[in-house]
Amino acid sequence: MTDQWTIAKAADALEKGEVSSVELTDAHIAAVEAGRSLNAFITETPEIARERAAASDARRAAGNVASPMDGVPIAMKDLFCTEGVRTTAASHILENFVPTYESTVSGNLRDAGSVMLGKTNLDEFAMGSANITSYFGSVKNPLTPEGANADLVPGGSSGGSVAAVAGGLAIAATGTDTGGSIRQPASFCGLVGMKPTYGRCSRWGVVAFASSLDQAGPLTKTVEDAAIMLQSMAGYDAKDSTSLPMELPDFRAACTRDVKGMKVGIPKEYTLDGMPDEIQKLWDQGVQWMQDMGAETVEVSLPHTKYALPTYYIVAPAEASSNLARYDGVRYGLRVPGDSLDEMYELTRGEGFGEEVQRRVLIGAYVLSAGYYDAYYVKAQQVRTLIARDFENAFNEVDVLLTPTAPSAAFAKGEKMDDPIAMYLNDVFTVPASLAGLPAISIPGGYDAGGLPLGLQLITGVCQEETLFRAASALEMAAGGGQ
Amino acid sequence: MSLSKDDVRKIAYLARIRVPEERLEPLAGELNNIVGWVEQLQEVDTNGVEPMTSVVDIETPMRDDVVTDGGVTEKVLANAPDRNDAFFGVPKVVE
Repeated sequence: MTDQWTIAKAADALEKGEVSSVELTDAHIAAVEAGRSLNAFITETPEIARERAAASDARRAAGNVASPMDGVPIAMKDLFCTEGVRTTAASHILENFVPTYESTVSGNLRDAGSVMLGKTNLDEFAMGSANITSYFGSVKNPLTPEGANADLVPGGSSGGSVAAVAGGLAIAATGTDTGGSIRQPASFCGLVGMKPTYGRCSRWGVVAFASSLDQAGPLTKTVEDAAIMLQSMAGYDAKDSTSLPMELPDFRAACTRDVKGMKVGIPKEYTLDGMPDEIQKLWDQGVQWMQDMGAETVEVSLPHTKYALPTYYIVAPAEASSNLARYDGVRYGLRVPGDSLDEMYELTRGEGFGEEVQRRVLIGAYVLSAGYYDAYYVKAQQVRTLIARDFENAFNEVDVLLTPTAPSAAFAKGEKMDDPIAMYLNDVFTVPASLAGLPAISIPGGYDAGGLPLGLQLITGVCQEETLFRAASALEMAAGGGQ
Repeated sequence: MSLSKDDVRKIAYLARIRVPEERLEPLAGELNNIVGWVEQLQEVDTNGVEPMTSVVDIETPMRDDVVTDGGVTEKVLANAPDRNDAFFGVPKVVE
């Protein structure tokens, strides 16, 4: 049995000598093999895992434990470049790309002693909310009821990572979040998903989607695990000019489960027309829990909330179209031969990018093109300033905001596929914090009528992760989790 | 503002993505839906509002102006789809 392990429990058992990293790793390698029907991994790396597990056990025997992550088997989203291990971003265009360098975040986790089980599936270039745009096939949500007509989606874009953790294939996993790609899949799979302040985790070596939004974070079973893992992932990195040159606080110590006297804001604009009753009920329940634990709850207003999604769907495609210009069939990745250089570019990118990626690159090229730049891109960046200002004003009054994570539970594969905008609406509650660069976390709050998990989201001000972990650890306890 | 089939052909060329002729029309429809939806931003009053350039207000650290990298030709060329000696190979560009 692998699904009872958390990072904290594994660290404890490893320290007491009740289990070795090699044993823990072998059990998870077997779980990865047994769980292949989920399609959670694009590339499995059992040899690397066994090697690192043995090295971890040797370190421990010599009294040189690197961190609480030492010896813990985890999964790596296939957006982090890993030296010598194929890194695809779930795209045909990078199908055979083998980086000659290691991303800072995956390198930090390796140096912390964690054991990489493999590279997890995702939406192509992290563009999606259901993990259905991967060139390597869709991911199945492990919570799909037996005998269901269609697989449930795990959410996206970090769909393989959440499926691996929720399915017991890995104790924890990395994710990246551009508009909700950590928090929404965490909600769909009953996990904790945390996006830190923009700049906490280095973007160096992470395949770029939208550089002003992309941020790495942990996907775990508990809030405490998220704190432990973030401690190993984050930190200043001179190789990323947007990396925050700041010392990290002790995130685990912040998980006090104590919210007495904390002021919790409830943003009224997060109530949507047609939102399912059970989402509203869960949100109300969250408010009640916070009050019962001694927090004060107040209604706040974030007036520009409804403009967050359209702002995001200008800014993110614009940045994506610039970032993805590098896939030219010359330096790395797929090449489809053509008679001229231009034809080679066009054929390579036409065949190498999937439909959703092409759609976003085209939108991006359009909003950045001559004559439209001011009307779309500059306008969106102005609205983004207003969205960030709304949050600043709210955080003058309150310590933390409480909202639902997603407007629904996990849905069946095939739904929301005909209309891109219906799919984009999945991120309606997560995108605003992304645009403002704020730390936010999704924790399992309850279940819908069909027994599927629903997440609650907490958001704090810039670099207020300690407050976030304090509130999240309390809310998790109130919801009956975190054991 | 509405994108025509010709607009899509032009944007696709700007983005260097080959879109088959029969996909241009449906793609124009899809892109128009998205562009029409983001148009709602026009109703927001942004007079005098600075466009966001950085989400966290920090000063970017400077480093010494020294060489920190280089001499890694093999690493740079390791994933090249077509390599000639120490160069990337491309289709002929000069007649």
